[in-house]
Amino acid sequence: MSRVFVAMSGGVDSSVAAALLAERGEDVVGVWMRLVPSGGEVDAPRCCGTDEAGEDARRAALAIGIPFYALDYADVFGERVVDRFVNAYAGGETPNPCVSCNQHVKFDALLHDVVRKFGGDRLATGHYARVATGGDGRRHLLRARDPSKDQSYALYMLGQRELARIEFPIGELRDKSETRAIAARFELPTANKAESMDICFAPGDYRDLVRDRAPDAFIPGPVERTDGTVVGTHAGIGALTVGQRSGVGVATGERLYVLHLDTERRAAVVGTRAEVARTTYTLTGVTFVAGDAPSSRFATNVVLRYRGTPLAGHVDVGRGDATLDLEAPALVAPGQAAVFYDGDEVIGGGVVARHTL
Amino acid sequence: MDRVYLDHAATTPVDPEVAEAMGRILRETHGNPSSIYAEGRAARAAVDRARDEVAAAINADPGEIVFTSGGTESDNLALRGALKARRDERDGLVTSAIEHHAVIDTARDLERYAHVRVDVVGCDRHGVIDPEAIRDAIDERTSLVSIMHANNEIGTIEPIAEIGAICREHGVTFHSDAVQTVGALEVDVRKIPVDLLSINAHKFYGPKGVGALYVRRGTRVATMQTGGGQEKGRRTGTENVAGIVGLGVALRIACERRATESPRQAELRDRLIAGVRERVPDAVLNGHPTERLPNNASFCIPGAEGESLIVALDLDGFAVSSGSACTSGETEPSQVLLALGLDRELAKGSLRVTVGRSTTGAHVDRFVDALARVVVRLREAPAVAV
Repeated sequence: MSRVFVAMSGGVDSSVAAALLAERGEDVVGVWMRLVPSGGEVDAPRCCGTDEAGEDARRAALAIGIPFYALDYADVFGERVVDRFVNAYAGGETPNPCVSCNQHVKFDALLHDVVRKFGGDRLATGHYARVATGGDGRRHLLRARDPSKDQSYALYMLGQRELARIEFPIGELRDKSETRAIAARFELPTANKAESMDICFAPGDYRDLVRDRAPDAFIPGPVERTDGTVVGTHAGIGALTVGQRSGVGVATGERLYVLHLDTERRAAVVGTRAEVARTTYTLTGVTFVAGDAPSSRFATNVVLRYRGTPLAGHVDVGRGDATLDLEAPALVAPGQAAVFYDGDEVIGGGVVARHTL
Repeated sequence: MDRVYLDHAATTPVDPEVAEAMGRILRETHGNPSSIYAEGRAARAAVDRARDEVAAAINADPGEIVFTSGGTESDNLALRGALKARRDERDGLVTSAIEHHAVIDTARDLERYAHVRVDVVGCDRHGVIDPEAIRDAIDERTSLVSIMHANNEIGTIEPIAEIGAICREHGVTFHSDAVQTVGALEVDVRKIPVDLLSINAHKFYGPKGVGALYVRRGTRVATMQTGGGQEKGRRTGTENVAGIVGLGVALRIACERRATESPRQAELRDRLIAGVRERVPDAVLNGHPTERLPNNASFCIPGAEGESLIVALDLDGFAVSSGSACTSGETEPSQVLLALGLDRELAKGSLRVTVGRSTTGAHVDRFVDALARVVVRLREAPAVAV
């Protein structure tokens, strides 16, 4: 019989995923990933990788009646997610840590260990997304049935090799209330746990973490208009995100947005929406769910931030990178994932490269 | 599933006679041992009987036994209490790199917060601590030496009689964590010049959460906690009467059975070691080849991480551990294995198998089979597509 490992965060979604698999009669093993080093005199902030979350996951596994292991991934998480997050902000980019966690921790390090080290056949997670298998055996990555919970954006990097071994048991659920109802039916201790909203490893204001780890990113610099006129000062590149409105210390009466962060000059360039003219972006680290691009140039709807609205455009595929041409100008923060959709299906995606204004 | 439990160094199942004695106390003796009326006297009598049993087991006087909440507390009381008691004359602690966390972490804590000078001596590749290294480490300011009787991870038995003699020559208090040996080996405090000795009930088929510290008459130990003054002020707090009774009964039974049980377990251990060597020829035996606990087999298996071995064997029905139970869940190689001079990568593939009273030859054979299968799978695994 095949054995499925479930990555349990301690939250309700992954607990329900484990419960559904167990109910189906699968041979289920729960695993929880320690993502931050343990110990210390005070309880760590709420985060799926802390001891407290591990206890919640352990209790959920106990309620479901499955074996449970706590595994340590603090090193890989620290390097591939937290360090990169800090470096990206310090470099004027806006990273998506959930994407890097899925890419490097859950569906690389953990999936690898489940199969190679622990003899598991499949890995299930509590993501809201779906995997469908076509008549030709190809796996397709689809949005969750409940569009308001859909997390397929942060899973675009999955390929055929990974999808053959991945399950998203709750992607088929109608909505969050169904998830909670199942949790209540299994009497899961996580049934009424609040949803996590913050960046898991930087509760509260992520800028405190960046300031702490990369103080150079918090040297004040000029705020400029596109013509070079200095209109104020900012507290540091690390506190800013391209596209944000607030945080720019100018009061002109206009609605100004951060258009560009020039890290060399520590300058933040601001302007109105009307000044955004860019339609072309370079994407790096481009991957496709099917393995290959549909064609060397294809039309797609691209999502440029988590829960973002799909925008119409074309993708020209190069070697490992690609050029995105949007039909209408859009202000996109470098570091964000650009994910290509065909209806509900994820075709692939990449990361928006830094660009000049 | 039919489980095979081979982690008796982590803990042992409670002996039915122990459980019966504890149940009887819980049902029938509710008094506080400090109360002067009949109910109190009955509880005090039960505690004193247990004290007699523990004292008899190690050839001590009953007045030299202090009950605690377990091995960790006994170690803490020994280190903190002995160093505090003599802090005006001496401030040095000598211990080893392979001590249990309850000792080594306490030493580090004392170094940081109590201005204790800590000297950590190493061991040879079998885990043996050289008494001469202890002699070299001792100076006129050394207050306490703490060296375990046998190592919980690799099973090596340490020459504590020699070490104790050296301590005595220098007027140094000597503590030994004997949590792994009391009940399994002869421990006679009249033969071993030890001043403080830690005992833990759940390692010899007693309950968890209760232990004892032997304190040789005349050895100064300051209390760590303050309160009502129980245990002659050395460990204040109302006694865990049922636990203490369980400890006493368990230790009496262990000593009664030791003459037959320890050789029987040593035979199973040797059968297990021979089986692993035959089926996994490159497995390295950790610890001393002969001077080791009768129930302990510890290996490093190249190309297999300890954590994956434990999980795979658990899912196959076998309970074993990687190093000590107290550090399970950490992927860092054990400090004990590193102290033996093992390579970091090899040390990650550690596996501790400890047999016990319920272990049979058939269990050992089944385990060896399962281990061989799991090792093959883990080593072939890199070919699996992911």
